[in-house]
Amino acid sequence: MSFLTVLYACIFYAATAMFVGGLALKIRSYARTPAPLKIPTTPAPTTAGGVVLRMAREVALFESLFKSNKWIWLFGWLFHVSLLLVILRHLRYFTDPVWFWVVWAQPFGTYAGFAMVAGLGGLWARRFLVDRVRYISTPSDHLILALLIGIGASGLGMRFVAHTDIVGVKEFFRGLMTFNLQPLPADPALLVHLSLVALLMVIFPISKLLHAPGVFFSPTRNQIDNPRDRRHLAPWAAAQFESGAKQD
Amino acid sequence: MAAPQFEVPKLTGYAETPAIKENATAHVKSFPANAAIQEGIGFPGELVEDWHDKAIAKMGDLLGKYRSLRVFMDACVHCGACTDKCHYFLGTADPKNMPVGRQELMRGVYRRHFTFAGKYFPSLVGAKDLTKELLDDWYKYYYQCSECRRCSVFCPYGIDTAEVTMAGREILDTVGYGQKYTNEIMGKLHKIGNNLGLPGPALQDTLEGMEEDMLDDTGVAVKMPLDVKGVEVLLVTPSADFFAEPHVESLMGYAKVFHAAGISWTLSTTASEAGNFGMFIGSYANMRRAALRIREAALELGVKRIVVGECGHAWRVAYSFWNTLTGVGHGGEDPFSIELQKQLDPRYPAPQHICEFTYDLIQQGKLKFDKSLNDHRVITFHDSCNVARGSRMGDMPGGQFVIPREIIKAVANNFHDMAEETIGEATFCCGGGGGLLTDDLMEVRVKGALPRMEAFNNVVQEQKVNFLALICAICKAQFTKVVPYYGFDMSMVGGVHQLVSTAIQLESEE
Ligand code: SF4
Ligand code: SF4
Repeated sequence: MSFLTVLYACIFYAATAMFVGGLALKIRSYARTPAPLKIPTTPAPTTAGGVVLRMAREVALFESLFKSNKWIWLFGWLFHVSLLLVILRHLRYFTDPVWFWVVWAQPFGTYAGFAMVAGLGGLWARRFLVDRVRYISTPSDHLILALLIGIGASGLGMRFVAHTDIVGVKEFFRGLMTFNLQPLPADPALLVHLSLVALLMVIFPISKLLHAPGVFFSPTRNQIDNPRDRRHLAPWAAAQFESGAKQD
Repeated sequence: MAAPQFEVPKLTGYAETPAIKENATAHVKSFPANAAIQEGIGFPGELVEDWHDKAIAKMGDLLGKYRSLRVFMDACVHCGACTDKCHYFLGTADPKNMPVGRQELMRGVYRRHFTFAGKYFPSLVGAKDLTKELLDDWYKYYYQCSECRRCSVFCPYGIDTAEVTMAGREILDTVGYGQKYTNEIMGKLHKIGNNLGLPGPALQDTLEGMEEDMLDDTGVAVKMPLDVKGVEVLLVTPSADFFAEPHVESLMGYAKVFHAAGISWTLSTTASEAGNFGMFIGSYANMRRAALRIREAALELGVKRIVVGECGHAWRVAYSFWNTLTGVGHGGEDPFSIELQKQLDPRYPAPQHICEFTYDLIQQGKLKFDKSLNDHRVITFHDSCNVARGSRMGDMPGGQFVIPREIIKAVANNFHDMAEETIGEATFCCGGGGGLLTDDLMEVRVKGALPRMEAFNNVVQEQKVNFLALICAICKAQFTKVVPYYGFDMSMVGGVHQLVSTAIQLESEE
């Protein structure tokens, strides 16, 4: 087995562990931190079903962002939807036989790569062109965009410019999944693409990419507007009532 | 109105987003609280020696207690969607008044002390040490936020800067760096029972004065009962309603509604304040202590319903938090809340807003109005920020927008809304909410009112509007003071129940 294959196998095992483990820890901390007061941003749904719908609109359509700023919405939504299609398309490298709907999504996923890079470009341009956004941008904001564009560009390069050994890539990843290492094709574009993806997985749980799990835990979006009908008590707040109506 | 020490913005007819101007309001700092004030509400009297470590420890404590803070510190992607949504930014152009700019003051420190990236790569992710300069910035800019939640409507993750501001103020208080205005009032409320520090006999006097005024005006003996046991309704209203203009006009409006509907009611000396500044400073303990007064008065007086007068943040606390804090509400399953809730009439929401109360009576045909008595007025309505985005009226989401407007339309003939993007859930704060209603912050109060003044000016020019109807004690005080800076007369400002008061038809008791 070549050094390269072993190296990338190690990288992907480690990146996956950090991604899954880091995210699990973060999600656990969000879930365990109580929300002591009712703070939905109103008007808010008065039923659980309504909250599910509100969250669905937020996650699928970026409803609040649409109200807020049409340019950010356009670029942001374009990027995220394209990314979703691209990820679905990539499932073909991990499944055998390839699921029928992944086959079906294939052509969309291919061209979504361009839309994804275009969306990212729009978002990046705003960081230079709009003085307010320039003011709040940190180096990491720029680097994350560079990273994502790098992943998109190297992927598109392999698809449309210099084809890589797709069959070999698939065998490598199927091998990783069954702990039975298969050689990784030594194509520079592929190695760059895979390194950047691994880096993205590693930084996910320690960066602003936490907005992805975060949105589901946002009390202003996930709470039901019913404070007059239900008494809402978090554990640390409830403890005050057990110790009598103590005024601390 | 004294000559301003700053440039008052010009009304141009259309709202513009300014280019950023760094440190534009870095010189605006409200007076810090002295030792007596701080200690009176349970905080250190002056900046403690080890303030840095105490502040970081408190931040850790709050991160463990409030999911909002924990999620909001991580989730922001610096997208910029909120950057042009804050009235203080629009009025001052200071980038630290952009919601995300305000959050970053805390997020930088959060990253430094509570995240891997910020510990090891601080400059990469904008992590900051909490220096004395930064602590001063916290103080300045967390008291240039009115906790109006407008930013939370527009953020894709619902990040509510008000939550960050409250946490910032709580940390500042904990290290002995509190604000005079808010904390002094908080102390008065604990000690005397209302924000103005009015003792019981003074309250009795002023209520009697109002009874006489109403008798002179209407020929009907409308009562203003105080501390009467066994009545149907306890009315809890902001204490400004007892003394300030135009607030008193609305208080007389409520009294007339009770009179016309024949529903027995009372005010309470010990619960003579709906406002709860504990929320402003993010202090759960102070907020709860203040709210417990309402519970105790309700139990003591044996009332069946609790109605809250015109006040924005007070209504948010009442609607959203009272059930949690004090059991004023329904649906409780523990002995503490059941003790009170078995006394409250389950047919009515608890607490109930005075607008919900009046609107119900209008729906039932129990009130009669002569709308023409309001014909000298052309009215517009300002949605108070905390009512709009932190509460509800009625059964339907958004009832808080419908009900006050329906009341106005029931009592007056001339009503025009301001521009869509400045009302409803997108309403602008008056500029004086959240602990900013103090003269030492006049510059940001005037500048922060700019977006509302633009929208108001447009309906004044186009629809000949001459009355700005309000449902908040702070809005009333703020606009009375601030509209003259923009060339309007302060008599244009008033309450919704002032309009009710003008038009309502009373019959004297048999
Ligand atoms: S809560 Fe209101 S005042 Fe505070 S930052 Fe948000 S928009 Fe501005
Ligand atoms: S809208 Fe939300 S995510 Fe975007 S910059 Fe503002 S606070 Fe951050």
